[in-house]
Amino acid sequence: MRTQSGNALLGILAWLVALAIFFPILWLLLTAFKTEQEAFSVDPTFWFMPTLESFKTALAQGSGYWHYAWNSALTAVASTIIGLALAVPAAYAMAFYPNKRTDFLLVWMVSTKFIPAVGVLIPIFLVYKTVGLLDHALGLTLLFTAMNLPIIVWMVYSYFRDIPKDIVEAADIDGASVLQTLFKVVLPLALPGLASTGLLALILAWNESFWSITMTDHRAATLAVYIASFKSAEGLFWAKMSAASVLAIAPIIVLGWFTQRQMVRGLTFGAVK
Amino acid sequence: MKAMSRSLTQNANREAPGARSFSRTTRLLMAPAVIFLLIWMLVPLLMTIYYSFQQYNLMMPMYDGFAAFGNYAILLSDPVFWEALGNTLIIVLASLVVTVCLGLALALLFNRTFVGRGVARTLAVAPFFVMPVVTGLIWKNMLFHPVYGLFAWIARQLGLEPVDWLAHYPMVSVIIMITWEWTPFALLVLLTGLQSLPEDQIEAARLDGANAWQEFRHIVVPHLGQVLYVVVMLESIFFLTSFAEIYTTTSGGPGTATTNLPYYIFQTVFQQYDIGMASAAAIGAVVLANIFAIMLIRFIAGNLNAGAQQ
Repeated sequence: MRTQSGNALLGILAWLVALAIFFPILWLLLTAFKTEQEAFSVDPTFWFMPTLESFKTALAQGSGYWHYAWNSALTAVASTIIGLALAVPAAYAMAFYPNKRTDFLLVWMVSTKFIPAVGVLIPIFLVYKTVGLLDHALGLTLLFTAMNLPIIVWMVYSYFRDIPKDIVEAADIDGASVLQTLFKVVLPLALPGLASTGLLALILAWNESFWSITMTDHRAATLAVYIASFKSAEGLFWAKMSAASVLAIAPIIVLGWFTQRQMVRGLTFGAVK
Repeated sequence: MKAMSRSLTQNANREAPGARSFSRTTRLLMAPAVIFLLIWMLVPLLMTIYYSFQQYNLMMPMYDGFAAFGNYAILLSDPVFWEALGNTLIIVLASLVVTVCLGLALALLFNRTFVGRGVARTLAVAPFFVMPVVTGLIWKNMLFHPVYGLFAWIARQLGLEPVDWLAHYPMVSVIIMITWEWTPFALLVLLTGLQSLPEDQIEAARLDGANAWQEFRHIVVPHLGQVLYVVVMLESIFFLTSFAEIYTTTSGGPGTATTNLPYYIFQTVFQQYDIGMASAAAIGAVVLANIFAIMLIRFIAGNLNAGAQQ
């Protein structure tokens, strides 16, 4: 009896903590549905008539929202596709045809993830400036690819390793070429894993801010740069900022909920599954 | 295609039977990824090292040339650099302690069964998926703001003087924001760790009459210890490079109160245009990150071989 009521209390505690942690997001969401006056008032407005006004302003023609959203989507999707295209062959070779150097290469690739961005910022900035990739979607895309490639290689490798080697050996014996085995046997089996790897890469690229802020100005600027530009708007456009932020984070939070386990697997490089 | 598969079979015949190592094709398959990372990570890193020994300011193109350790000497005599280094370490250590302790407590809490556990857990991990830029603005405008923030309102309701968090407790504020973002990560990883506890060992221990404490001490702690190690190392590396939270809220201030190494380097490049100095500082950041990274990579590499035996 005592442990049961104790359990119930701990359940309530867990719920209270969860709500407290979630509260800032909820408050952002509520603010997005307020008018500017309600959003910017000394005594916070708890009860109000929800309005879509701020969303309309945020998405209006002159706001440029779609420009930034397009850049975010373009760079995230393109970097994920390029990342997978580079990672799948490499992971395939490492998983099914390992040799003495495989472990070293894999660990080396992972280790590049631990070079702080500032360690490579300056040369990349200077070279981009020279070759015209500064404030260019391609430049940002390639940086996102480099940033995510170690994680993508690692994850695809770990999914490939889950495939029984016998299947690949059987295909080889049947005379299938390496590429035939890859496309006809391995990829279909690893498809769910590839999908969640892609999702993780998309999320990480969409949320990225350091490279977006340092490498773009307007032309290739992403939502992160747009939203960061509200940082000096003292009290102006809070509802609009909230609406823009909600639109930027909502899809990622929803996707994130579906990919929690893969997130752990990918970010810990398989150390925790 | 034919040539490729023929060379594969030849190689397979030449090498030990069963050792499926077809070096030429595998090299071709791995080359694009390896070359890409070489160009985007290793080459720039080497260039940063090179620049750190050069006198190079974008605003003063006439002063250039080999600087030997000049940049490093200036850097080490710059009090702001030391402050940035100190701030970086404070952010890393404080955020680590708080996120790991809170994350562990929450993971134990969420590992129990209760009504609506899935939904509650989902709400609790949500901050990790919020864009750091948005995190900064939510806290700055809606919570920390001394007049319009929710914290100020709560203080007034309690008859207290509202606190200007970002002005008076800038470092605490930055750590609170980072903690809010990363406690969910610690929770998520530790919970995954708890749920992958070796059930058979626990079963065996119970059969041998182990009590709850012994079970916790001898099975849960060692297993979770590994997971904790990974969390600590990964978070250290991520906290070392905190940027967006500072950029959107304090801009490194007031003064230099929340200037960490990444922000210091950012300012040295984009406000002082001093490539040489910034490169020297960047090398400092890389060395600092390496201390953690080497330990973590060793662990990952060890895990790799353990996995290979399965």
